[in-house]
Amino acid sequence: MSVSSGATPLLEVRDLAKHYPVQGSWWRSPSQFIRAVDGVSFTLHAGETLALVGESGCGKTTTGRAILRLIEPTRGSVRFDGQDLLALDREPLRRLRRHMQIVFQDPFGSLNPRLTIGAAIREGLLVHELAQGAEADRRVAQLLEEVGLRAEHASRYPHEFSGGQRQRVGIARALAVAPKFIVCDEPVSALDVSVQAQVVNLLRDLQRDRGLAYLFIAHDLAVVSHMADRVAVMYLGRIVELAPRAALFAEPRMPYTQALLSAVPVPKPGRAPRRIVLAGDPPSPANPPSGCVFHPRCQHPAKDARCTRDVPVLAEKSPGHWVACHHVDVTTPLPPPLAPA
Amino acid sequence: MTRHLLTVHDLRVAFATEAGPARAVDGVSFTMNAGETVGLVGESGCGKSLTALSLLRLVPDGGRIAPGSRITFEEQDVLAMPERTLRALRGHRLSMIFQEPMTALNPVLTVGDQVAEVVRVHTTASAGEAWTRAVDMLAQVGIPDPAARARQYPHELSGGMRQRVMIAMALILEPALVIADEPTTALDVTIQAQILELLRDLRDRTGMALLLITHDLGVVAEMASRVLVMYAGEVVEEAPVALLFDAPGHPYTEGLLAAVPTLDSTRERLHTIPGTVPAATAWPAGCRFRDRCAHAWERCTTEPPALAQLGPAHRVRCHLVQEPERRRA
Ligand SMILES: Nc1ncnc2c1ncn2[C@@H]1O[C@H](COP(=O)(O)OP(=O)(O)OP(=O)(O)O)[C@@H](O)[C@H]1O
Ligand SMILES: Nc1ncnc2c1ncn2[C@@H]1O[C@H](COP(=O)(O)OP(=O)(O)OP(=O)(O)O)[C@@H](O)[C@H]1O
Ligand code: SF4
Ligand SMILES: [Mg+2]
Ligand SMILES: [Mg+2]
Repeated sequence: MSVSSGATPLLEVRDLAKHYPVQGSWWRSPSQFIRAVDGVSFTLHAGETLALVGESGCGKTTTGRAILRLIEPTRGSVRFDGQDLLALDREPLRRLRRHMQIVFQDPFGSLNPRLTIGAAIREGLLVHELAQGAEADRRVAQLLEEVGLRAEHASRYPHEFSGGQRQRVGIARALAVAPKFIVCDEPVSALDVSVQAQVVNLLRDLQRDRGLAYLFIAHDLAVVSHMADRVAVMYLGRIVELAPRAALFAEPRMPYTQALLSAVPVPKPGRAPRRIVLAGDPPSPANPPSGCVFHPRCQHPAKDARCTRDVPVLAEKSPGHWVACHHVDVTTPLPPPLAPA
Repeated sequence: MTRHLLTVHDLRVAFATEAGPARAVDGVSFTMNAGETVGLVGESGCGKSLTALSLLRLVPDGGRIAPGSRITFEEQDVLAMPERTLRALRGHRLSMIFQEPMTALNPVLTVGDQVAEVVRVHTTASAGEAWTRAVDMLAQVGIPDPAARARQYPHELSGGMRQRVMIAMALILEPALVIADEPTTALDVTIQAQILELLRDLRDRTGMALLLITHDLGVVAEMASRVLVMYAGEVVEEAPVALLFDAPGHPYTEGLLAAVPTLDSTRERLHTIPGTVPAATAWPAGCRFRDRCAHAWERCTTEPPALAQLGPAHRVRCHLVQEPERRRA
């Protein structure tokens, strides 16, 4: 779980980056890039959940997809189960995919409209030769029920389902092949809280029973606080804080994390939270601010010239609690390509 | 008698399926006043989006709004009006923020063009004016670098940015009623707070009414004055927001509130409601919630509960309203 735990991590991501070229036009030089992900490093152990939170557009989905090589990273390295993913050819990569699944953020866009959802779930079972015929049917029915749908839903098409029902099909599809690692990109955002609770409990049961590891991307911080062992906060393509769950929620150190936590709506009428309202626009990843990427919107009382000039390194402030901010007393700074475990 | 901005009366939507008609929305009635924010919550698949789509007559293929359903908006009969009148209404007086932005945005047009298009279609603004307003609106919904982003295509934006483009399209003409289907679930909480602020501001400034469909009970608590709870195609509870949270009347609402995770909760298992919703092709005879209800007794198996008055503005579809002594601790 931390640097000192010793065991080899299931997943080790180092200095991962994905830059998209900005479309060249006469008024803008084609050499500009959107730095969607810009040097992300972390590790993940079997049976562990690392949550990835942060502003919309900060690069969470891109990180998840680049790890699985659904998009090709611009730089960095990804080791999964001892193998260098970025060096693998297509065929071995395809075989390894069985162990690394993703639940997509956009459940509609990720389902083939011409396949029944039963066929969509069965696909993985067949491709990876895990079950066929009646056995596959049985697995599909069981998976549908596990995610709170009905076995007879298998013969229906994606357009016949509501948003939350499709999201559960996506989860069933990822679980079908019994993977070791799942990138869950907003897996429960479209679900009402009772179905959400059911899915969250299911994911945690599977984790306990099978040692599944999750990279859990979510905007709902209450759900994150239930799922995560550790939480990584991203801002503009970088991790700006990473800490064990309890520490992050009890004692957020980075000013952005503090603002994020203060914005969570409280399910009690007439008790609007005291929000730290972020001033100014979210910056553009095509033109990130100098120094600390958060400085234009930061309300830290000690903010100074260093913040606008020097990039703060992600450093371990207390055991397992990493923060990128000049004004948190830093004990052990570390070079950018090496990162917290 | 005050005239309501919107009246929905006995709305029924059914789909033809192999197993017979699926009565996905099954007799929904409610009203909304100008400037009012009503929250619509309920189990995934219970018919919230279909109810919303019906208000714009956008029920997906295969679905049919049953005769006898009535929708009145600004004193016009929505279900009877000609397609042209309806098109003039949509996006202008009555607009919708869709649950799935990727399916509602046109992949081959830049997002700026799509927002500007709304202005072009409904007003006499020139192309240049429309574009300026579009960029301005994209800035208001918190899109960084809006002038450059306006020239990008939907697939080049993150999920949350697409969502904000949709919100910009829905709000740009300051409609009288906005139907927002999960408007902020794809957004982080800081942007969500910003969007909610924008919606509140428009409401206060223009008297816009808002039908807010959301799973986030925190958002409901903060925004809505009244809440409708749906289950299995029906409204099962209607209450002022404070009452709904303090003294929910329907066992489903109770279960829903108990399942809400909070920031300070420890990692114990979350409360769930056992069982699943019955199929829309075969709603059970009595109460549709009874298989999952901890209080159910014989009457619940045979007699469908009506939406009964529990307090002045509080209505609940449950036999416990008449027989409160049956409620188990
Ligand atoms: N194909 C692409 N071409 C150009 N830019 C892209 C592309 N895909 C993503 N981006 C940009 O990369 C950045 C990160 O996007 P990403 O989808 O990873 O964000 P996210 O953190 O998942 O956001 P959200 O919470 O809204 O889903 C955004 O600025 C986005 O516009
Ligand atoms: N084309 C269709 N054919 C058959 N059934 C359909 C079709 N479209 C929707 N349904 C059914 O209608 C019901 C209501 O769907 P709706 O999208 O309104 O749910 P919802 O309450 O918005 O759910 P969610 O919270 O998951 O978005 C669902 O059970 C769905 O399966
Ligand atoms: S009518 Fe009966 S079964 Fe239905 S919610 Fe009320 S008590 Fe439960
Ligand atoms: Mg995303
Ligand atoms: Mg819906």
